[in-house]
Amino acid sequence: MLTVILILIPLAISLILLTIKQEKAIRQFALAGAVVEFGVAVAAFITYKTSCHCNLLFTADWLTTLGVSLKFGMDGISLLMVMLTTFLVPVIILSSFSHTYSRPSAFYSLVLLMEMALVGVFVAFDGLIFYIFWELALIPAWFICAVWGGHDRIRITFKFFIYTFVGSLFMLVALIYLYFRTPLPHSFDFQWLYAATLTPAEQTWIFIAFFLAFAIKVPVFPLHTWQPDTYTAAPAAGSMLLGGIMLKMGIYGMIRWMIPICHQAVQLYAPVAIILAVTGIVYASVIAIRQNDMKRLVAYSSIAHVGLIAAGVFALTPYAMEGAVIQMVSHGINIVGLFIVIDLIEQRTGTRSIRDLGGIALKAPRLAIMFMIILLGSIALPLTNGFIGEFLLLLGLFEYSKIFAAIAGLTIIFSAVYMLRMYQRTMLGTTNGLTEQVSDLTWPEMVLFIPLVVMIFWIGLFPGMFLDVALPDVLQILNFVK
Amino acid sequence: MTTIIALTILGILVLFLGIMKKQSWLLPVILLGLVVSMALTVTGWNMPKSYAHEMVIVDNVSIAFSTVLIFSAFLIFSLAARYYRGVTRPLDDIYGVMIFALTGAVMMTSYGNLIMLFLGIETLSIALYVLAGSHKEAITSNEATLKYFLLGSFLSGFLLFGIALIYGSSGSFDLHRISEYVAACSGNYPPMFLAGLFLLIIGLSFKIAIVPFHFWAPDVYEGTPTLLTAFMATVVKTASIVAMYRFFTHTFHGIHGVWETTIWVMAVFTILLGNLTGVYQPNLKRMLAYSSISHSGYMLLAVVAFSPMSDNALLLYTLSYSIATISAFGILILIREARGNDYFSSLNGMAKTNPLEAFCLTVSMLSLAGIPPLAGFMAKYYLFTTALEKGFVWLVIVAVAGSAISVAYYFRPIIAMYLKESDGVQLTVETPYKVHLFFMTLMIILVGLLPFLVIGLV
Repeated sequence: MLTVILILIPLAISLILLTIKQEKAIRQFALAGAVVEFGVAVAAFITYKTSCHCNLLFTADWLTTLGVSLKFGMDGISLLMVMLTTFLVPVIILSSFSHTYSRPSAFYSLVLLMEMALVGVFVAFDGLIFYIFWELALIPAWFICAVWGGHDRIRITFKFFIYTFVGSLFMLVALIYLYFRTPLPHSFDFQWLYAATLTPAEQTWIFIAFFLAFAIKVPVFPLHTWQPDTYTAAPAAGSMLLGGIMLKMGIYGMIRWMIPICHQAVQLYAPVAIILAVTGIVYASVIAIRQNDMKRLVAYSSIAHVGLIAAGVFALTPYAMEGAVIQMVSHGINIVGLFIVIDLIEQRTGTRSIRDLGGIALKAPRLAIMFMIILLGSIALPLTNGFIGEFLLLLGLFEYSKIFAAIAGLTIIFSAVYMLRMYQRTMLGTTNGLTEQVSDLTWPEMVLFIPLVVMIFWIGLFPGMFLDVALPDVLQILNFVK
Repeated sequence: MTTIIALTILGILVLFLGIMKKQSWLLPVILLGLVVSMALTVTGWNMPKSYAHEMVIVDNVSIAFSTVLIFSAFLIFSLAARYYRGVTRPLDDIYGVMIFALTGAVMMTSYGNLIMLFLGIETLSIALYVLAGSHKEAITSNEATLKYFLLGSFLSGFLLFGIALIYGSSGSFDLHRISEYVAACSGNYPPMFLAGLFLLIIGLSFKIAIVPFHFWAPDVYEGTPTLLTAFMATVVKTASIVAMYRFFTHTFHGIHGVWETTIWVMAVFTILLGNLTGVYQPNLKRMLAYSSISHSGYMLLAVVAFSPMSDNALLLYTLSYSIATISAFGILILIREARGNDYFSSLNGMAKTNPLEAFCLTVSMLSLAGIPPLAGFMAKYYLFTTALEKGFVWLVIVAVAGSAISVAYYFRPIIAMYLKESDGVQLTVETPYKVHLFFMTLMIILVGLLPFLVIGLV
């Protein structure tokens, strides 16, 4: 039942928000709703028992003749993703308070609608319901980026929409095709889909359809071309939603749906996928080093980081898969933190150009400290969250192939290069005309960073509780490929 | 049969009201009459009957589609008061002819005899030639009616010739007899029969606007008065596709090997050409014309993949397509009235000036594009499932590719409304019209969320 409540709360709030007129009331209500949602997710986390997910399962009939039922539930992996989503959305909403968006009720309503769709994607245990939420998430994302976005947003967001929509349509065909290969009576229930009997050729086609849909969302090289532009053009909250949560849908989809369903094809084509992912790591890192726009730099760094996650998923070893799950959470927290820092700098100086900034640490030491902590998490320094994930990923990848691990390991060096370069050029050095008047973080702004920083160290120091939640389910998924 | 009689009486009644100069009674009487006809139609549910030596067959399939037709007509007539606002000339002739066209459409869903099919099509078509030209002062309307009339009557000849050839080889107009004849042939069909069959396909394809017989559609749609374009794009299309569906699946399914390839090749071209050309249209009305062409391509999937599921699939598809299209035309009427044209730039900034109307058009565009959880998605999903069950994988992949292309033009009005700056001129819309638009939007959402209300029916 908790699972359904998790879907309904954001939906209800997003509808109520449309009726409110005052901006202040809208903000408070949206934030309160998102916090309540997080509270429910925490309740789910506490009541969750690793051995049995029966307490979080919900089933109801919907399209019985077509084998579609409203089946929601959470295993360890879903639970972590839901925790991530519900944790980040209040932070994202809070960070938007410093902007005055036109039509605020529509804006916050769309953010919460998106939260509903994202939670739905992570808790759907039925193939078609998963697909419906997957597509549903795209609509608010597009509106947020297109309506409140920056320069050239129409062209860029349209490209983003077409890209992701095309990918997912082929997933729909694959899902319906799978449906007719499930044991009688046909069903979209995930266990039925797992049990579908497929010839090797069918496996390959379905793998391609799934891989396209998920790889575009992640994005895996060479399907990433929509991403840097979209992150740059999106409003701050939009970039955070896309980079922090939405791209996790792709990785989650790979783990939950693609690997168990077409396990033979996954094993067969894993080297190809890993090569693509590893290429993406190096390619995006090199480009990131040359970026001048901070948001663009983070966008490319995100391609590199999720490239490593994707490579780990396809390594199909327990370490790598565990690493992928934990790194999804860490990456979400870190990238949202980075976008918040960039947003604050942009609000204070009016620019995101690294070249034009400098010496901010002198004027705003608190901001500099927060930036440094998040940055260290992002470049995977030991004792921070990024280290746990990337270490496990590289360990798993090493088991799979030493060469791939060696190349993928470059990401740590590269990310240190571009991140520290960004820090050095913006925070250190002498101030200039733009950064002279930069004010330090106010206390409300500090509140924004506290949860993020706490999580960075919590996952970095005590990753056990998060790893344990996901472990049985990770092993279960990996059973399919043995 | 009761439906056909009731609608005919309604049509005559409307003309009488015109003679008695009771213009203000027209719409209330029509809307009430349509509701009554709908109720009369539904009473025959689960009681299959045939009338006049099986000329008319009323079964659940025909009842379901007749209801969709009358419902669509109801939605269109609800837009009429606003559309003809300020028109001083009497409107009883236009309304009456629309109702006669609807009668023809209902005949096309419940025929049991090729003569009846032809009668239905002609009743519908002749009424439409008149309606297309009903805006006598506008040159575009005259152009539309002339084009439609010349091509339509020519293609009716094809249809009649096809019927004659089939009669010549099988010796009957009756669908049952023909299917018995087909079974008796056991694979050896005389060329005359095949020629008749393909002439029939051509005649019907023209009415539905299937590639390569679609060239009339954009021009005629553009020139025809907008309210009647909505009628053409929904009622006429639904009736024609159902006529084709009944003909091929219920009568000729035994020989689907003969016509299947033809139909699915046409489906592929219709979907691809309709969608690709749609991308390059400068205005909303022409875009909707191409959208309607491409949707007839999707509906052909139901004809090709005939199975117990396909009745329901086609029903859901025609219903969701009709509601979404009428809703879009409802906004189009407002825009054309306020701006005098319907270029996409006329929609600029509508989200600020008219948020409700912008929302309604957005939902209808998203539904037509097939985005979950709206009705259009459910309909497409159900149709694709039907086709995949029959093994038409490539056809479905083409259809999916078509859907992907269609996003490119369905998003143009949305982009214009939400992302472009407006000139600040607000469209004035009365409350009943708003309620009506909102009702259709709600229907699109509800059918999407509760599709089992529709698909368990037939």
